[in-house]
Amino acid sequence: MSAQIVTITSGKGGVGKTTAIASLGIALAGRGQRVVCIDGDIGLRNLDVIMGLENRIVYDIVDVVEGRCRLRQAMIRDKRLPELFLIPAAQTRDKTALSPSDMMRLCDELRDICDWVLIDSPAGIERGFKNSIAAADQVIVLTNPEISAVRDADRVIGILEAEEKGSPSLILNRVNQEMVNKQEMLSPEDVLDLLAIDLIGVVPEDQAVLVAANRGTPIALDKDSRAGQAFRNIAARLMGEEVPFMDLENQGGLWNRISKMTGRRG
Amino acid sequence: MNTNTDLIQIKGLRDGLLVTLGAGEWGELQNMLFAQIDERSSFFQGARLALDLGDQNLRVAEMSKLRDELSERDISLWAVVSDSPKTVQTAQLLGLATRISKHRIDSSPRKINDDVDSDQAALWLPRTLRSGTRIEHHGHVIVMGDVNPGAEIIAEGSVIIWGRLRGSVHAGATPRRDGSQQNEAAFVCALEMKPTRLQIASEIATMPKGKNVKGPLKISLKDNQFLIEPWHEK
Ligand SMILES: Nc1ncnc2c1ncn2[C@@H]1O[C@H](COP(=O)(O)OP(=O)(O)OP(=O)(O)O)[C@@H](O)[C@H]1O
Ligand SMILES: [Mg+2]
Repeated sequence: MSAQIVTITSGKGGVGKTTAIASLGIALAGRGQRVVCIDGDIGLRNLDVIMGLENRIVYDIVDVVEGRCRLRQAMIRDKRLPELFLIPAAQTRDKTALSPSDMMRLCDELRDICDWVLIDSPAGIERGFKNSIAAADQVIVLTNPEISAVRDADRVIGILEAEEKGSPSLILNRVNQEMVNKQEMLSPEDVLDLLAIDLIGVVPEDQAVLVAANRGTPIALDKDSRAGQAFRNIAARLMGEEVPFMDLENQGGLWNRISKMTGRRG
Repeated sequence: MNTNTDLIQIKGLRDGLLVTLGAGEWGELQNMLFAQIDERSSFFQGARLALDLGDQNLRVAEMSKLRDELSERDISLWAVVSDSPKTVQTAQLLGLATRISKHRIDSSPRKINDDVDSDQAALWLPRTLRSGTRIEHHGHVIVMGDVNPGAEIIAEGSVIIWGRLRGSVHAGATPRRDGSQQNEAAFVCALEMKPTRLQIASEIATMPKGKNVKGPLKISLKDNQFLIEPWHEK
């Protein structure tokens, strides 16, 4: 095995990184992949809550790097999908408890035992962000159709480029097609026009996301949710499948244009 | 330890520390630097650091590693001063300041003419400048790509953008506080002109909204007034 290491980051906080990691973890594991999700938000852990695994934490990532437990002991197995694991963040420490080289070592060890390592980055462009991208083979920048979030995403993309991390891909989360139509919200096209990177997914605004978060059942488990479907599509694209972008509202034309812009078909 | 202090000089600035590294092999210099820092960690902790790297050539990977290692020691690297254009460009790519310190530190103010003659080569940037990027250059700046909102160019010469200008540009910027060297002949060209802020010499433009700002434009100064004309090759 040689895992693909994927980090989701955003610059701005609260745009949906943790939601996305939990759902992509579920969706990839649902496709028979062996997945380890890492909560990189030391001191503000919440991936465990979104995944509904908070009651099972014994050891965390800092325990691993400081040698208090073995890697396997900190990997919590998800009971719904036996091939899905979480390595939780430490809640009582801060970002300095981890260094970029710690992350590299940890991920190197994980590479041999799974197919995917998904790293949830904290907001910002400081230490925690640096830790989260250190080992990534592939970075996904997640943003909302909101000027400040897009501006921060642009900054993050600039940093990734400067650090020779390659061009990241983009998830646009919380798109409300009705508001886009009324020109009250940036359209996916507006966002792509500025950021000019590959689009890997557009996730609609969906109230079910909040309900799912409170229940600890990631939205990708909800067969009826549009956001859940969007995350399952992203998982398929990560695995190299060509999945058409969802019609947020019978507007084939728009999505075809976007597909063209980003060089994806369908 | 004496050799270390010869190669590494530390000075206090108004807003942080300036560390000047002598000539030498980069790996060794770096080791010495960290040895000094670790030896006096409480002195350095939390410091804002400007580095003068002389003519040392640094690549992005090397500089970002240095910055990360400094930040692991709770030192924030905010500026890199260097005689090497390569190193200056690297610092700019990482969003670090590259000029400010040198002007403040020089005990003998530079002669105006020095500034004019030196460094007039154009800076060539074959990429999009994203939010948070700040480019400062003594001469002209040429961008092959967009200048996004939140990016900033400050050039003593002209600025030519083969792409969309949506960030902020100051052309003909003065390198001196008294404004004695403004370059009113400087101009700004872009394929699409939607700057957040545009300044030539000391004049700040307000862009007219609407049709007349479409298409490639050249903006220059004429009798302290902005002259906006189509930009096409002649
Ligand atoms: N597609 C969506 N539709 C509706 N609500 C959403 C959607 N995606 C995320 N949210 C909500 O946005 C909030 C923030 O989400 P989340 O915690 O995943 O963001 P984050 O980027 O991880 O935040 P932080 O930067 O604080 O780590 C949550 O309340 C979540 O339920
Ligand atoms: Mg989060």
